[in-house]
Amino acid sequence: MIAHAIFFYVFSIIAVVSAVMVTVSKNTVHSVFFLILDFISISCLFIMIGAEFLGMIMLIVYVGAVAVLFLFVVMMLNVAQQKNQWFISIENSNHIPIGLLISVIIFFELIIVIGGWKYKPDLFDQGNLSIVNDVSNTHSLGMVLYTDYIHIFQISGMILLIAMIGAIVLTFRQREGVKKQSYLKQISRERAEGVEVVEVASNRGVKIDD
Amino acid sequence: MIEIGLGHYLTLGAVIFSIGIIGIFLNRKNIIVILMSIELILLAVNINLVSFSMYLGDLTGQVFTLFILTVAAAEAAIGLAIIVVYYRNSGTIRVEEIDKLKG
Repeated sequence: MIAHAIFFYVFSIIAVVSAVMVTVSKNTVHSVFFLILDFISISCLFIMIGAEFLGMIMLIVYVGAVAVLFLFVVMMLNVAQQKNQWFISIENSNHIPIGLLISVIIFFELIIVIGGWKYKPDLFDQGNLSIVNDVSNTHSLGMVLYTDYIHIFQISGMILLIAMIGAIVLTFRQREGVKKQSYLKQISRERAEGVEVVEVASNRGVKIDD
Repeated sequence: MIEIGLGHYLTLGAVIFSIGIIGIFLNRKNIIVILMSIELILLAVNINLVSFSMYLGDLTGQVFTLFILTVAAAEAAIGLAIIVVYYRNSGTIRVEEIDKLKG
């Protein structure tokens, strides 16, 4: 139990500190790296709590895809030099105190919700427990994901497809002056227009391409 | 303090959620950091869902975490594509200069 507590505090402190560093870091590339650290420590927490499938999926999706996407965009757009000059613009705008106020209010609301749940835990019906202990987390998740939630699963697949098509359509552009193969022209070429039989007059030759 | 319960995980989620909101307000210059703050907020929601799911013994929370993960990935891809297109068209992604829709 002590080991569980120690690991929880280590991972959560790393997660909170790296989340703070994501927001206050002056370099965008450093922000992306701290975001990766945050995702990794949170997925360690997920694995520790027993949701190992979601922890691994978080590693694959966030660290492997989303964070790399962020890195690519940061490198492509050259915003690494664009500093976050929020501390300079404090005096001429009042959005930072308002933002701090709103986030503190939201934080205390969430804490109050947690306290209320702790003091009245029979608010939830714990009758139908669907976690079975003799199968693994991945197994039990797979058993409900493809049966009870199959429609939502397919809708999320459609969302991914639409996002992929949208990203490709948004960033696709036709450049001028780039030589490309024209497949239609190649496969629609026939013998009649490709080969020409020319009657060659004796001793005079023939002139092509005039 | 030693006994790690549901409240600890929910507190962690609340802290990360608040940090994400602070990040949105703080980084008014850099739109990519704003997108990262949105990812932090979704991560906090995922922490809440997974910890409730494990402590209440109901798998629905984990299934919905999967769907939130899907939506977050799609949102990041579309948002970054829009940023790339905007940068290509107008040469800047500074938040205070993005005012084309103001008319």
